Amino acid sequence: MSVHLPFASFGGAIEFIFTPQESNVTGGKKVGGFDKSMELLIGHIEVTILALALALIVALPVGLYLGHIGKGELFAVGIGNAGRAIPELAVIALVATLIGIGMRNVAPALAILGIAPILVNSYVGVRQVDPAAIEAARGMGMSELAIIRKVELPLAIPTVMGGVRAGAIVIIATATIAPLAGVETLGDFIINRNVYGENGLLAGAILVALLALTIEGLLALLQSRLTSDGLKLKTV
Amino acid sequence: MASPFLIAAGEVGGDFFHERSSGTLPCQAKETQLFCWDWARENIDRYGTPTVQHLEIVVLSIVIGFTIAFALALLAHRRHRLQSPMLVATGVLYTVPSIAFFFLLLPVTGFGRDTAIIVLSAYTLQIIYRNTILGLANVPESTKDAARGLGFTDRQILWKVELPLAIPEIIAGLRVATASTIAIATLVVLISAGGLGTEMYGSNFNFPTAILIAVAIIGLMVLAFDLLLLTVQRLTTPWRKVRPQ
Repeated sequence: MSVHLPFASFGGAIEFIFTPQESNVTGGKKVGGFDKSMELLIGHIEVTILALALALIVALPVGLYLGHIGKGELFAVGIGNAGRAIPELAVIALVATLIGIGMRNVAPALAILGIAPILVNSYVGVRQVDPAAIEAARGMGMSELAIIRKVELPLAIPTVMGGVRAGAIVIIATATIAPLAGVETLGDFIINRNVYGENGLLAGAILVALLALTIEGLLALLQSRLTSDGLKLKTV
Repeated sequence: MASPFLIAAGEVGGDFFHERSSGTLPCQAKETQLFCWDWARENIDRYGTPTVQHLEIVVLSIVIGFTIAFALALLAHRRHRLQSPMLVATGVLYTVPSIAFFFLLLPVTGFGRDTAIIVLSAYTLQIIYRNTILGLANVPESTKDAARGLGFTDRQILWKVELPLAIPEIIAGLRVATASTIAIATLVVLISAGGLGTEMYGSNFNFPTAILIAVAIIGLMVLAFDLLLLTVQRLTTPWRKVRPQ
């Protein structure tokens, strides 16, 4: 299988991101450029945020609750192990095939990929909390919900956020192939390589990588803001 | 926008429709049904080559990734100052989405299996490195002291005391790395490196049977490797009773 396209170069890809380029299939119409890149970038961020929010809504309460009552270890760990083995391409392919295309179908599918790491990490994070701290909180008359919210969650934040970051990464990565299921993301440059050419392909890869590193950086920042100062002193 | 499906068909799944529309197959009119056993029975052969390709890519990536990560971990174990920088470096590699990674290497290594193996091995580094470091750090100081008291050199302590005791963590890292590598290897179809992703991508997303068979093979592969690694762990740590998670 040979691919006959102009050889990609990083210079060409950067140019593609900022200025529209000639394409060999659109009949003279230029492709790419800053506006298109931004449009796809925003699409990518939209579907990522939606999917991550869905994953959080489902996985965080379940993980925290199971960790709090100390049951369902097999369930939580099993979900985590199975989640890791789900092929991203299969998720997108099956959603497009069996359920349908578009944001409404793709975002929940991406959320499934994010659920596993968030669920496991919130479970493990809560389980790792010193039982003495929980005992003390109970002794002070805190309700179970208050214990989860005010004791366990704050102490588990570093682990929970580790799961959120892992979930965000897998969602951003998989959103790259979302154009296969009719959601326009930066992956459009990659999937439709006969339209955008190899420079477009490379441009897509550069933008996706930058987006992933940026979001990861922002979440790391958020993590350190959410972690109480007392915990930071201990873990340095 | 041109339909992405057209491109998918043109590039990797060219023969798929041809075979399916040849008229001899039972389910072609019922493409929407969830699973077509007749098609599966007649076409299971086509999964042979992709499965072998998939296995080759996974095994090579894991072997290369493990060798590098293990060496890095030993180095960092000796020089503690290197630990965090290496964790950050492997972390960055892990954060860049695999698809982006494939194409970032395009100007350097082009399409094909080499690029696939480079990316997938880079992906395993973080988890194997981290678990090896963790395993070595968890060895109790008293155990090392006892070995020192018996006259072990530092090198002997590393190979005969610390590493054997770190095996459960190292294997745990390998299990995670292997499972995710098997899953991610479906994406190497995008750089024409074959594997089971070919059967998903080539199905043009309107024939669930073809995708589900590939998913099932991947599931079996994950289980097989997991059992294999657990067995290795059991054999190499006879002093420890292993409970599968």
